[in-house]
Parts: sequence; C-alpha cells; structure tokens
Amino acid sequence: MRVTMTVNGEEVTREIESRLLLVHFLRDHLSLTGTHWGCDTSNCGACTVWMDEEPVKSCTVLAAMADGRTVRTVEGLAKGADLDPVQEGFMQCHGLQCGFCTPGMMMTARALLDRNPDPSEEQIREAISGQICRCTGYSSIVRSVRWAAEHEANGCPAHGSNEDSTQVEEEVR
Amino acid sequence: MSTVDEREPVAVDNDHKPVGYGRMLRKEDPRLVRGRGRYVDDVQLPGMLHLAILRSPVAHARIVSVDTSAAEAHPKVKAVVTGEALAEKGLAWMPTLSNDVQAVLATDKVRFQGQEVAFVVAEDHYSARDALELIDVEYDLLDPVVDARTALAEGSPVIRDDLEGKTDNHVFDWETGDEAATDEVFAKADVVVTEDIVYPRVHPSPMETCGAVADYDSVEGRLTLWSTTQAPHAHRTLYAMVAGLPEHKIRVISPDIGGGFGNKVPIYPGYVCAIVASLVVGKPVKWMEDRSENLISTGFARDYVMRGEIAATRDGRILGIRTNVLADHGAFNAQAAPSKYPAGFFGVFTGSYDIEAAHAKMTAVYTNKAPGGVAYACSFRITEAVYLVERIVDCLAYELEMDPAELRSKNLIRPEQFPYTTKTGWVYDSGDYEPTLREALRIAGYDELREEQAEKRARGELMGIGLSFFTEAVGAGPRKNMDILGLGMADGCELRVHPTGKAVVRLSVQSQGQGHETTFAQIVAEEIGIPPEDIDVVHGDTDNTPFGLGTYGSRSTPVSGAAAAMVARKVRDKARIIASGMLEASVADLEWTKGSFSVKGDPERSVTIQEIALRAHGAGDLPDGLEGALEAQVCYNPENLTYPHGAYVCVVDIDPGTAQVKVRRFIAVDDCGTRINPMIIEGQVHGGLADGVGMALMEMISFDEDGNCLGGSFMDYLLPTALEVPDWETGYTVTPSPHHPIGAKGVGESATVGSPPAVVNAVVDALKPFGVRHADMPLTPSRVWDAMRGQARPPF
Repeated sequence: MRVTMTVNGEEVTREIESRLLLVHFLRDHLSLTGTHWGCDTSNCGACTVWMDEEPVKSCTVLAAMADGRTVRTVEGLAKGADLDPVQEGFMQCHGLQCGFCTPGMMMTARALLDRNPDPSEEQIREAISGQICRCTGYSSIVRSVRWAAEHEANGCPAHGSNEDSTQVEEEVR
Repeated sequence: MSTVDEREPVAVDNDHKPVGYGRMLRKEDPRLVRGRGRYVDDVQLPGMLHLAILRSPVAHARIVSVDTSAAEAHPKVKAVVTGEALAEKGLAWMPTLSNDVQAVLATDKVRFQGQEVAFVVAEDHYSARDALELIDVEYDLLDPVVDARTALAEGSPVIRDDLEGKTDNHVFDWETGDEAATDEVFAKADVVVTEDIVYPRVHPSPMETCGAVADYDSVEGRLTLWSTTQAPHAHRTLYAMVAGLPEHKIRVISPDIGGGFGNKVPIYPGYVCAIVASLVVGKPVKWMEDRSENLISTGFARDYVMRGEIAATRDGRILGIRTNVLADHGAFNAQAAPSKYPAGFFGVFTGSYDIEAAHAKMTAVYTNKAPGGVAYACSFRITEAVYLVERIVDCLAYELEMDPAELRSKNLIRPEQFPYTTKTGWVYDSGDYEPTLREALRIAGYDELREEQAEKRARGELMGIGLSFFTEAVGAGPRKNMDILGLGMADGCELRVHPTGKAVVRLSVQSQGQGHETTFAQIVAEEIGIPPEDIDVVHGDTDNTPFGLGTYGSRSTPVSGAAAAMVARKVRDKARIIASGMLEASVADLEWTKGSFSVKGDPERSVTIQEIALRAHGAGDLPDGLEGALEAQVCYNPENLTYPHGAYVCVVDIDPGTAQVKVRRFIAVDDCGTRINPMIIEGQVHGGLADGVGMALMEMISFDEDGNCLGGSFMDYLLPTALEVPDWETGYTVTPSPHHPIGAKGVGESATVGSPPAVVNAVVDALKPFGVRHADMPLTPSRVWDAMRGQARPPF
C-alpha cells in the first residue's frame, strides 16, 4: 500500500507492506534512526514520536495509521543548528547516559512543556512514567526537563513546531 | 532537587583551565540528543540481509527432527541453517567464558526455553520472522529441572548429557575461609542468627537488546562485526578461536551501545549465527533480538539460594559469618567471571566488618534455564555477597534489639587497619568507613527519622528505615590471578599528541553510557595539561585501539583509567626531555605546572605542551637519542583490586491496606576515591539506585514447573519507572586508592551492589511490628501482604 505523511516538515510517500510498524517505517524506510526500538509491548517508550502533536509509541502504531498525518521525531526537535531547550537541558543536567531512551524521553518532555510550561517534579515524573530509562534513575531527567522549562521561561525560544527544520529535511530520503 | 554538587570544581572554565578533573558536560551528548548516535541496529549496509532465530518453546526436550523445507521455499529466504548443518562445519558448539561449552544451535537436545534451534536469513526482518513459523521441529519432551534445590536429587534428569561421563547436574563446589576457625567462634558466641536468604534471578535488561551486523569479505578474507559487546577485544580473540578466522582479519566494532550492565559481556549464539550467515551467504547480515529473546535467553543475574549465619557477642561484637550457597547457573555455565573465581568475588561476603573468622561453601548446579549469572552491575557476584552480609547483620540487630546503625558502626574496619586482609584473603586497599556512615546518617537525619517512626508506629502506620554499608572490589586483574579464558585482565592505552598540540587517546575499554569520551579525556588532560576538549577518545573498535579486556566489573576507571594516566605520564616524560632541549636546561632543572615546563627559579623560561608537540614533529634536532613524534603506549596490569565503599539509607512507607511499598527517600554516600567527573559519578550512582529499588521491590525472572519463563516481556518483568523511585540524595567521601596512579576506585556498580539490602532492610524494618525478621525479594504487595500475616515465603 501507499502512504503519505509529513515527517519533520517534509511530505514523504512510500510503498509499504500494510503490516509495517511506524517505528520501522521511520528507521528503515526514512533512515531516521534517532527513534529507537526497545520492547515490542509499548512499555519502554524508546520509540516515542509525535503523531499530530501527540506522543505515541511507534512500535505499536502501523505506518498506515500515520497516513495523511504529521509525524515528528527527535531529528525534528532542533531548529537547524539550534537545539531545542529540552535537548540543551538533557546535556546540561546529565539527563542521558547511553542515550537509547533519550529521544523518546525528549519527545515526551517537549509535548509536556508545550501543554504545561512550568511542570512540577511530580508532573514530569507522571509524564515520563510510560518510558523506561535503565541508566539515570530518572532524577537527572526530571532536572533536565525543569532546566528546559526554566530557560524557556527566561526567553530562550522553544522550537515547538515542525516547520523550518531544514537540516532534518535533508536527511529524509 | 538537592544533589547537584557545587563543592567540586568545574573542569573547563576560565579559572581552572586546563585542569582535568571536575564537572564537565559530556562530549558524547551533542550527537546523542540529536538522534545521531550510531547503535548496532542503525548500521545499514548495501545488500544487507536479516537474520532471525528459531528458539525452543520448551525447557527440556530431545530434538527428533527439524524440517526446514517450507521455510527454504519462502521467496525472500536466502538460507535456513540448523544445528546439524553447523555441526558439519564444527560450529554447533562454542566455548563459554567459564570454560564450559554452549550450543550455538541445538543438535541433540534443547536445554532451556528460548534456546537457539535454527536460523533464517531473509531479505528483510519481517520475512525472516515469517519464515521461522514455517520451520517444523518435532520435540520429544523430557522432564525439566527447574528448582536448583532438586537439581542434585537422585533421579533428577541429567541436563548435560553432551558432556562425556556426566551423570548429574553438578557444576562445581567452591569454598573459602577457615571452616574450623569459624566453627570455633560460632561455638563460643553468645548469639548465633541463621537466616535463609534468596537472591532471585533477575535480568539486566539494557534498553538496547543484543545484536550484531556481520560483514564477511570473501576476497579479503576479512570479517567486520558491529556488535553489542562490552569487550570487543576479548570477543575478537574468541571468534578467532571458534570460527577459525585469523585474528588479524577480524575487526569488532562496538559503536554506541544502549546500556550493558553485564548483559553484553558474554558471547551469544546470535553473534556466531550472524557471522556464520555472512560467511555462508556472502553478504552482510544483521541480527537484532527482540525484547522477549533478550529476557529469556541472554545473561541473567543472581539466582543464589543462601543460608547466612552470623555469630556475635551479646553486646554486638560480630565474631564470624558463614554461609552455604546453592548457585543456579542455568543450562550452560556461561557466567563471565575470571577463570580462578567460579564464585566471582563472592568471597568478600564478610563485608565491611572486622571479624574473627569466616567460611563459605558453594555448590553450583545446572538447571533447564538460560545461562549467565554474572551480570546486572554485580561486580562479579558482590551484589549477592553484600546482600547476604547486610541482610544477616540486620537480622542480628533484630535479635540483639540493637540499632542497626550502631551495630554496624561498632564493627566497621577501622582506618588504621588498612590495607586490611579479610578472613577470606581479600586485601582491601584503603578505606575510612566511619565518616562515610556518619555522613549518610547526617544527610538522612537519622535520629529524627527514628523519632518519626516511633510516632507513626504508635499510630499503626508502617514506616521503615533501612541501612546498608558495602565494600566493593573492582578493577580486575591483576593478571597473575585473573584471566578470562586465558586472557589476562589488563588494559592498554595509546596516546598520540598531534603537531598542533591536540591529542587522541585510544582505549581498550568500551562505553555503554558511562561517558568514557569525557572522563578519559579528563584523565589525560589532568596529566598532560592539554584541555579535555582538545583530546579525542577512540574506543570500541579493535582495529583502532590497543588490546584489553573491556568494560565490566566497574573496571574501566580502575584499570583503563590507570592506563590512560600512565600513558600520559610517559608522554610527559618525553615532553620533558624535548623541553630541556628547547630551554637549554637540564631535565632535572625543569618544573611541570599543568600544561608547561619551566626552568626552576626562572618561570619566564617555559614552553607549553603544544609548543613541545610542534617541536617533536618539526624541523630541527631533538635531544640526543630521542625519536620524533610525541606518543606512547602502555598496558596496565593492576597491582590489586580497588575497594570503593559506601553507606546507604532508605526510608519507606507501606500502605497497611494494600501492602504497597513506597520508597520515600534514599540517601547514598559513596567513596570511590579520587573523583574525576562528579556529574558522571552521580549519574552512575543514580542509575544503580534505581536498579536496587527495582530488584528489591519488582523484578524477578520466574518460571513455572515446566520451565516456562514467566518474565518474557516488560509486561511481566517489571522495571521501575520515574514513579517508583524517589529523588536521590547523594553525598561523598574521598579515600584514594594507594596503588592506583590517580587514586580512583571505580563507581559503576557501587549503587547496584549497595542499594538492594538498604531497600529490603527498610521494608523489613517497617514490618517489625508484625514480628518480621526477614522477607525475600521482590517485595511486591502480595509478598509484603503475606509477610504481614506471618507467611513470608521464598520467591520460589
């Protein structure tokens, strides 16, 4: 079957098997390997991407379900060379170690901050509770998200849209 | 958020530059936060095929027949390989890291659920999976051995009938300490406490599962293997031995790795299958296991049934500790431990206490379960040892009606006793335990917590305070005592300073998230004065790094970190000679301050390391007998292990209506000697603490009576999320290692070792009003509920 969707601001059309999962579509067909796969059962959240502004676990979404919709991945988080405050926060607060869960965590964090620019520690923990990190013990992830919230509040822009991610568009083949 | 450490220096700022140690943001992060890491599954090669493995659905059965014809007829299938086909090439069995053998693909029998039976190579991953369904295997079911306690019983089915003359399921007996002396102190003791303590089977479950991409070039006779390994060099040597390929024609690349925790130390059949597939098909082949495969077939951890006994005087002086352990090693003895240490470093079970005698006996058995054993940040079985001693000490406190902090404090090894030789022969290099314990109690507000607990108990509320004090033993070798399959546990390091004063350091160890690209640059920077951002760290590629044994057992900093410091000093020594020529002064008259040599008493006459680097490569003469360039190589053989320690306090609340345990606070004070990057240390500690909460409260790989694994997905094997763990409170003390070049001790596994007993001790403490002295992990609501009703039971 043929699917067409907008991924990180660029429209893509591909012939796929109807059973193809969105995570494999992104990784294998578009070479967007920043989205990771970790568990098959929607428990770990390493595969979290946005579908129409909503974080979803792409290991349990068919690529066909994304037909006609908008998808945003970790590669669409930065605006060109400018990192999203969430990305900057993860670097500043040691919110990542092996980096495998990080893209999914950051996509969830971005969605949270877009809805709630000043989340409490509890609200951050709740937001990322569908995701597993084996390295950090979560405290530094919570701090990273708080860092992003505080720096956005201080005028550091949040790149909350899919538009104008030139660098990413080049990578979508 | 109380724990960002502001007392320690920042590595790279204008005031301190170019000091190496201190908080420094990680060099690996810019690529990882952009989604530009390169993990094994991200490797895409032209013409690459995909491999999937058919696994046994049963725990123990004879293979009657394997029919692959339908799978071979699948239009996208390129090859189907069975154990029989591998046997024809002499590749059906491979050596394990414990000198046993393990089936690559089963030929005669399957010995655990999930064992590898056949593999398919197809054009894409989905087709390979489809074709597995088309393979028809007929099994003749055998009785499984599931409970290690029955493995040696008369009439128990013999699992390893592949081993010549094997008539039982016995793997080894092991013993340490002085039995007679221990019996003597037990006989004279006022108090003896005995407790049966089970450390259930758990699984490290890194977020990235195991996998490989094998690319065999038949013209060059050269194999390139991208693989999820914590020990690329050791793996390469073993592939050379197993597959018969010459070692110089094998390149193992361990790119970004999505967590290891010991899960990626062993060689798994899947890696060998990928290599064989590429050899057979002549194209690159990718194998990535799924999560269930990872959970049911790869290196598990623990699975010790322990009887602990402790002897003491009435006033709380510990005299002796003894234990008897039954170790479940699964169907093949594949644990990754040094050859002479079948029980790993379990011999440190005497913990942090100065006692008169100790003795341990262990029997290891085969069962119809997945192989493994040393994994999950266990420091070669020290998790089990520390859990035993810290649990049994709490049982003693219970019997003596003594505060557990006071009991520990009374028995800790004193600073003047170091180096301290334990009653089982381990030489603890350094330690100052009491201040560490005091610091943990201070941060916790221990006395206030006990007051709060008393008030709550009076109201019928369940609050518990748990302590643990641990001593770790990390950084294996020395090589004279420690090897894996004959490979001595030492590590190499190469340092090359380029003409412009930038440098590249090449390591034999490999990061799975520990931040080596940052900390190793800091170590070299500290020694040679080149700022860490000007030092590139190369690792995880056997073609481009010196030989060494890899990253596990918290050995990167103690061994490879020492190598990095030593190689930098070697380069600095050469730089000193070049500087003496440049400054026309004798070598003895030169003084080193970070980054430059100057003439003593005349600081104006000085040259920077960058100027020296240029001279080393430039035109003009060097001092007599000196070769050009500025580079060196070392292989560091550690003199002893290093012994980090720590004191942990856990505070829990238990809902009396649901028996749900909530970890309210966790305080961790760690002493890992010299601290290279406190931010990274804190991160390592945090991760291990979460592991400990998971193991204590949630995690267990369990089996039904037929040997079916009941923990085969993250829906069944529960890992802590952000909601199950508190915001960690950390502190530190610093007792440098006297024999390590920079005094560092390693910290990667400290928290995983130290935290489970703190959590369990807290839960048991909360249950004290019910007369509970011990309850086994995992302390799930149902198990706590049973304990509250006097029905605490082992988990299996």
